[in-house]
Amino acid sequence: MTNIASYRRPYPGTQPDHLHPPYVSSIKRAPTKPLVYMPHTLTEVTGPSMGKEGVDVKASDLTRQHSGEPLGERIIVSGRVFDENGRAVPRTLVEVWQANAAGRYLHRNDQHNAPLDPNFTGCGHTLTDNEGRYRIVTIRPGEYPWGNHHNAWRPAHIHFSVFGPAFASRLVTQMYFPGDPLIPYDPIFNCTADEKARNRLISLFDWENTIPGNALGYRFDIILAGREATPIEKLK
Amino acid sequence: MSLQATTSQTVGPFFSIGLTRVNKNNLAGPGISGEQVTIAGRVLDGDGKPVPDAMLEIWQANSHGKYPHPEDTQAKPLETGFLGYGRIPTDENGKFSFTTIKPGSVPGPDGKAQAPHIAVSVFMRGLERRLVTRIYFPEEGANAGDFVLNLVEPARRGTLVAKKTAGQASILEWNVILQGDEETVFFDIGL
Repeated sequence: MTNIASYRRPYPGTQPDHLHPPYVSSIKRAPTKPLVYMPHTLTEVTGPSMGKEGVDVKASDLTRQHSGEPLGERIIVSGRVFDENGRAVPRTLVEVWQANAAGRYLHRNDQHNAPLDPNFTGCGHTLTDNEGRYRIVTIRPGEYPWGNHHNAWRPAHIHFSVFGPAFASRLVTQMYFPGDPLIPYDPIFNCTADEKARNRLISLFDWENTIPGNALGYRFDIILAGREATPIEKLK
Repeated sequence: MSLQATTSQTVGPFFSIGLTRVNKNNLAGPGISGEQVTIAGRVLDGDGKPVPDAMLEIWQANSHGKYPHPEDTQAKPLETGFLGYGRIPTDENGKFSFTTIKPGSVPGPDGKAQAPHIAVSVFMRGLERRLVTRIYFPEEGANAGDFVLNLVEPARRGTLVAKKTAGQASILEWNVILQGDEETVFFDIGL
C-alpha cells in the first residue's frame, strides 16, 4: 500500500494550458496561481467504476432514440481506448454529446438560429469491450457559430468523456473530422502547443467500418494516462 | 515505445445534455454507514461572478476509509451501494450541493494516514483541462499532519477545508474560487 505506481505525467506541450487567451472564456476562469504538484496517493490511483449502474445498450446508437430517424449523414464512430503503455482499457464508460446536423445543441442556452431535430437528442454512451473497443452510431454534427471572436465558427466535433481505471486517468476531449476547413482557425483545437498531439484529435476516415449503402466510418482511438511502472515490471 | 495521452478539450457550454444522465448528488443512503454531511458552495470566476455552467465530480472512500476499487487492498469493509462517486452541476447562480458521508482515513505515502478528504475534478466551459482539488473537513486533528495539505503553503490551505455553517451542523460550506486572493488551491496530478 505504501508503494503506489503513479500514473505518468503528460509530455510537455501535449496538453493545453489552463490559460489560453485566444479562447476568451479561459481568461476569467483559468487559475492564476501555479498548480501545486501532488504525488499520487491511493486516492488518485483508484477511481469510480462507472459501468456498473445503468448502462443502456441502446444508448450507443444516437440515431434510434426517437420514433423517426434524425436528419443528416449517418456515421459510425469507433475506436479503442488504450493507456500510454498500449494496454487496452476494458469495460470503461465512454460518453458522447454533440450538435445535430444543423449545428444546434438540444440545450436551452444554445441560441444558434438553426433548427432542432425532433428525432435527435445528441447524447449517448457505451462501455468499452474487453479489448477496449467502442462503437457509436450517430449523425455527422454540423459546424456552428459562437461568440468567441468576430465570425468565429466551431469545426464539426463530438465531445467524448472517458473515465479509465483511476481518478488520475479521467479525460474529457473532442473528436474532429478529417479535412474540416475550420480546424486551423479554432482556438479550442489550437490551445495545445504540440502539433502532433493536436492532430491526434482529428479522426481518420475508416473504410473498414464503413457500411456499404448505409454509413461512413470514422476511427478515433483514445489514449489515457498510463502507469509509470507496475510493481510487476519493477521486479524484472 | 509508449503512446501519449490524448489531448484534453473543454466540456464546453452544453455538456449537460451528455453528462447529466449520471448526475449524482447524494452518495449517502440506506445502509451506508457514517456521518452524513452536505457540502454546499459556489463556483466563482475571476470577476467574482457565479459560474452557472460548471460541473464537479467527486471521488471518496467510505466511512471505513476503503475505496471500492481493486487496487485498494486494505482489509476494511466495502459497503454495497456506496460507489464513492458523485457528479454535480452548478445551477444558474453558480451554486452546487451534495450529500455524502464523511470518508474515513486512507493510507498516504509511507503508510501514514491521510486526513479524511474528498477528491474533486472541476469542469467548465473555458477550461481545456479539468481542475483538481480536494475537500478536507473542519476541526479535524489529522489535517495538521496530512501529506497533501502540507504540500501547500500554509496561507492557502484554508481554501481546501470546508467551513461549518451557523446553526446547521450537518451542512458545510466549500467554494471553488477560480482566481484572486482567495483562489482555491488546484493540484497538478498530470491530466
